[in-house]
Amino acid sequence: MATATQSVPGRARTLLRNVRGGDEIAYLITFLFAASVVLVTAILVFELWVKSGPAIHKFGFSFLWHSTWDPVNDEFGALPFVFGTIITSVVGLLLSVPLGVGAAIFLSELAPPKMSNALTFLVELLAAVPSVIFGLLAIFALVPLMRHYVEPALISSFGWSPFFKGPAYGVGVLTASMVLAIMMFPYIISISREALIQVPREQREAALALGATRWEATWDAVVPFAKLGIVGSIFLSLARALGETMAVTMVIGNDPKINASILAPGYTIASVIANEFTEATGDIHLAALVELGLVLFLITIILNGLGQLLLMLTAKPGTAR
Amino acid sequence: MRSTVLIAAILAVTFPAAYAAETINAAGATFPAPIYQKWFQEYHTAHSDVQVNYQAIGSGGGIRQLTEGTVDFGASDMPMTPEQMGKITKFKVLHFPTVLGGVVPTYNIEGVSADLKFSPEALAGIFLGRITRWNDPALAKDNPGVKLPGTEITVVHRSDGSGTTFVWTDYLSKVSADWKGKVGAGTAVNWPVGLGGKGNEGVAGQVKQTPNSIGYVELIYAVQNKMAYGSVRNKSGKFVKATFDSVTAAAAAAKDIPADFRVSITDEPGAGVYPISTFTWLLIPDKIGDATKRDAIKAFLKWMLIAGQNDAAGMSYAPLPKLVVAKEQKQIAEIK
Amino acid sequence: MRRLWRKAVNNVMLTLTGLCALVTVSALFLILGYLLWNGGKSLDWDFFTKLPLSPGELGGGMANAIIGSAKIVALAALLGVPIGFMSGVYIGEFSGKNMANVIRYTADLLNGVPSIVIGIFAWTLLVVPMRHFSAWAGGFALSLMVIPVTLRATEQFLGQVPLELREGALALGASKWKSVVTVVIPAARTGILTGIILGVARVSGETAPLLFTALNNQFWSKGFGEPTASLPVMIYTHAISPYEDWHRQAWAAGLVLLGLVLVANIAARMVLAKGAATQRG
Repeated sequence: MATATQSVPGRARTLLRNVRGGDEIAYLITFLFAASVVLVTAILVFELWVKSGPAIHKFGFSFLWHSTWDPVNDEFGALPFVFGTIITSVVGLLLSVPLGVGAAIFLSELAPPKMSNALTFLVELLAAVPSVIFGLLAIFALVPLMRHYVEPALISSFGWSPFFKGPAYGVGVLTASMVLAIMMFPYIISISREALIQVPREQREAALALGATRWEATWDAVVPFAKLGIVGSIFLSLARALGETMAVTMVIGNDPKINASILAPGYTIASVIANEFTEATGDIHLAALVELGLVLFLITIILNGLGQLLLMLTAKPGTAR
Repeated sequence: MRSTVLIAAILAVTFPAAYAAETINAAGATFPAPIYQKWFQEYHTAHSDVQVNYQAIGSGGGIRQLTEGTVDFGASDMPMTPEQMGKITKFKVLHFPTVLGGVVPTYNIEGVSADLKFSPEALAGIFLGRITRWNDPALAKDNPGVKLPGTEITVVHRSDGSGTTFVWTDYLSKVSADWKGKVGAGTAVNWPVGLGGKGNEGVAGQVKQTPNSIGYVELIYAVQNKMAYGSVRNKSGKFVKATFDSVTAAAAAAKDIPADFRVSITDEPGAGVYPISTFTWLLIPDKIGDATKRDAIKAFLKWMLIAGQNDAAGMSYAPLPKLVVAKEQKQIAEIK
Repeated sequence: MRRLWRKAVNNVMLTLTGLCALVTVSALFLILGYLLWNGGKSLDWDFFTKLPLSPGELGGGMANAIIGSAKIVALAALLGVPIGFMSGVYIGEFSGKNMANVIRYTADLLNGVPSIVIGIFAWTLLVVPMRHFSAWAGGFALSLMVIPVTLRATEQFLGQVPLELREGALALGASKWKSVVTVVIPAARTGILTGIILGVARVSGETAPLLFTALNNQFWSKGFGEPTASLPVMIYTHAISPYEDWHRQAWAAGLVLLGLVLVANIAARMVLAKGAATQRG
């Protein structure tokens, strides 16, 4: 027993004697590695906070709702970027959720197992495609398509509303949203499919026994059970879409303005950081960019948290409605 | 045995003998990037022990990275401001003009292949978002005989911190009080309208792919990509296109070139002057610790001022005036 | 009458969902097809062996980007895999419930950090003090993305090792750590390896974290302390440029990058499927 009267070497010897060998060492080593993960994450948050200091000091909370981005006069506001980030992700969701959930329903309920597995495998491969490759295809394949066919069609049909105004640039919020939608497919499909598969078979069989068509059984008896999981998948995909940098930067038009029209160019937080970070000459400019990064980080934490929560709730059996 | 071979192979790939070259890292303006990259490759071919890795990340980037110390020297089309220079405490920044160039209004209008004439008011109006259609009277007035369509103008500007932007906005500030008040001049400004492209290449790429658009780029980007660019009315009232002669005339018209070479030559008077001309500078520290790098940089500068200048005309830049070259050769001695 | 309507709705909806699945799957094939068509045309021996030329000059290749990517990704794996793996072992085998939750939550947090913010972090931590853009900084940034994936995979597959195996080892007199090292980990190794391969493949395509850490380079980079070219960054800069020849190169690079990533993914998944089958059988 180490006592206050023991010398330091004595104490060390006692400590080592208590280490009965392998197990404690293994515990210690693995613990150190795990602790380093926590440490590096803490340093990350700390650095973000410190480096955005000058901007936080200058603008305070008003940073979040000001919309001027003026490096000449050192006036920075996050609103256009927050808006751009959210709108591209939301429009992307609007496009990808119906398709994704529809596909997930097909794959989990209606397709024969072999086909379902094969198709799911292919869809999940889509998640492996790097963002910059989506951007590459977007610039050369999607943008001309949008500029020459899709956008003019939208303008002539809906140009009277404020949401579809403006020249057909080809680049802009809508194009970026479409790219994001494609990138979100694998997440929505794969997670929703998992949620649907977990619904107890009895649900569907009971509905069928009562005379429901296959579709009715699926839609009325199975899907409601998986609601939470599906919504969870939406949150998780959203969190991913918000942080998407390259594909969006290449087709969003890089204009920090808030526009009702989704055919107009916009700017997201990730894009402005990617474009301006290496060159922000003023201290405030740099701090403002880091603060934007912090804001983005916080938004994704919240969304990820909500998504995980919802998924955890679905895992409990018998939690419909 | 097999793992030894593998390790040897990996080492051979990461540290081959060819890497005996001294790598000098530089970053900055996209404006002169084509000729800088040509120079650095030529110089490397002639002196295989020196390789300069130049990353064209924009003038703002060049200034920033020089300030942070992550590059050995920078490049910018905008001279550093006293505030920016004051931030660097380790050394003084020496500005070395390298070439002269012109920033041109390049456009892509369906059905129009003629060279358009732009008045200063027209350019300011377009970039302020006041002139929104190609057949606006302000444009039609200077271009009789050209059938301008009624389509909307898509403006393209820089999304990154750019010396080219500085030259363009510096010019617009001089010719339009409205522009000066609303937007001002700088490497990154609060643009009233338009899409953002990254680098001169990004703007050129965007204009090339977007019908009925207009952007501003260094002359060579328009030439290399076979894009149409217009003439601009200069201070003496003449519509001048950016050429070797008109850009050289702008430098010649600049009366006092200060000793530190930090000067703007936009909107100079003279019949043959192109009004949106500029020097572009290499930003070299006056104290370089690494002797090999220092000697290599000094040797490159000497080469650039004589042999390098011969490349300028072929790449749509103009070489430096003789007086400037002489003064710069003296400035090289200040690098210690 | 109502029955007919319900039947019609049934058929329509079944077809619609089938179409949804078709559309989403075809996205993958469209991407592959486009890249094969445009990239295949542009892929030549020069691409793999030559250095890039200055813009406007035709030819050249991306040899330095291929090697550069390999260097950076290798660094990311060397840094990230051990840390992720050991942490996963800690959570799965040694720690108490609370610590495990903390570490798991932190890993999820790290996983959710947008890649551009990881770039900012690596820049402040490594590039500024080192006064150099470097492969170190790029590799470090990517390793932060490898850690959470490896950690989760390790934890997940260690957890799937049946209790009988563990108890058997302990019954034979092995200490805890010995049983983990000699029995549990080997039993889970297929799954863990799959997770690692997938994680590393994912970061090899990341661009944003490299933009201000490894930057770019026209030449070969000496060692790891210099700005380093990488395939994703090259694709980006070439795609947004106005030069036709650079576009061609971007397609070729895209094909190579996607090919590598997909091959790694397919191989990893097939290994996992086979491993699971043999374990069951």
